[in-house]
Amino acid sequence: MSFIDLSKNEVQCKIVYYGPGRGGKTTNLLYIHQAMSEAVRGKMVTIDTKGDRTLFFDFLPLALGKIQNLSIKIQLYTVPGQVMYNATRKLVLKGVDGVVFVADSLKVQKEKNVESLDNLKQNLGDDTIDIGEIPLVMQYNKRDLSGSNIPILSVEEMERDLNNDLKVPWFPGSALKGDGVFETLREISKRTVKHVSRRLLSR
Amino acid sequence: MDLVLSKEAINSIISIIDEDLLRAGADCVLLVDRSGNLIVNRGDPANLDVVALAALSAANFGATAEIAKLIGEDDFTLLFHKGKNENIHFTKVGKGFILLTLFGKDVSLGVIRLKTAKVTEDLLPVLAGEQ
Repeated sequence: MSFIDLSKNEVQCKIVYYGPGRGGKTTNLLYIHQAMSEAVRGKMVTIDTKGDRTLFFDFLPLALGKIQNLSIKIQLYTVPGQVMYNATRKLVLKGVDGVVFVADSLKVQKEKNVESLDNLKQNLGDDTIDIGEIPLVMQYNKRDLSGSNIPILSVEEMERDLNNDLKVPWFPGSALKGDGVFETLREISKRTVKHVSRRLLSR
Repeated sequence: MDLVLSKEAINSIISIIDEDLLRAGADCVLLVDRSGNLIVNRGDPANLDVVALAALSAANFGATAEIAKLIGEDDFTLLFHKGKNENIHFTKVGKGFILLTLFGKDVSLGVIRLKTAKVTEDLLPVLAGEQ
């Protein structure tokens, strides 16, 4: 649910980074946080848990400037990817305006990607949101491993597995190195703001 | 569903909060929605990251709602965190909003509870009219 404050001419939207565990959702946010100037970004909040998994969520607010006279504020969230934390994922998805699906290019994660996308579909559906309607962008992460001795999925295979029906924009990425991170953010922000404004105009 | 609040609605929320809670001694009052958006913040939130506080509070409320379900309740209507010098009181406003009141040790919890109950009642028609 976006919030529009007409006294400040400001719109706030919520974008959630979704995907299988250890796929690089938090790394995306960390890269954005490090690369953006302090004028644009707020403080990144990571709920301190043991180990490097996200147990609850990470949160990063951004001010993306103005469209006409409306200031755009985006709040980025990640969810825990592990299957067992579905209650938490549903909680973070509450009021979502746009989703980035961070898929893991590792060959061993092939099924986990599909499982996580199905879980997203299901959780959005529980909130009466159709995955085909909400702004969604895919990021095929860990492309920097191509050429190494770790077996990875080809982009074509990932497209077939995940994006055959949805046909949403996708980007190859390496969240660790920053490749594709801003392309993904730019696309999802654009789509989310457009979607919210369309919804507002039709009110 | 989006929430659009007009200037008039924001102003009435501000005056309800200022009149009852800030006058009663609260240091800072935030109205947030349950998806984590900060709607209004009043008082003196010096050095306080209100955007992060809004997001964490919504999550905190969501997490405790799950605890409520585990013990057979639908939801908890209020939460209270006590610190050494500063305390936070959370109250549910309707289905979609949370009112956060920060207050020091010189203000009694009873007064805050009484005042938040009134503020919650006064805020409901304003928020319901705008959604």
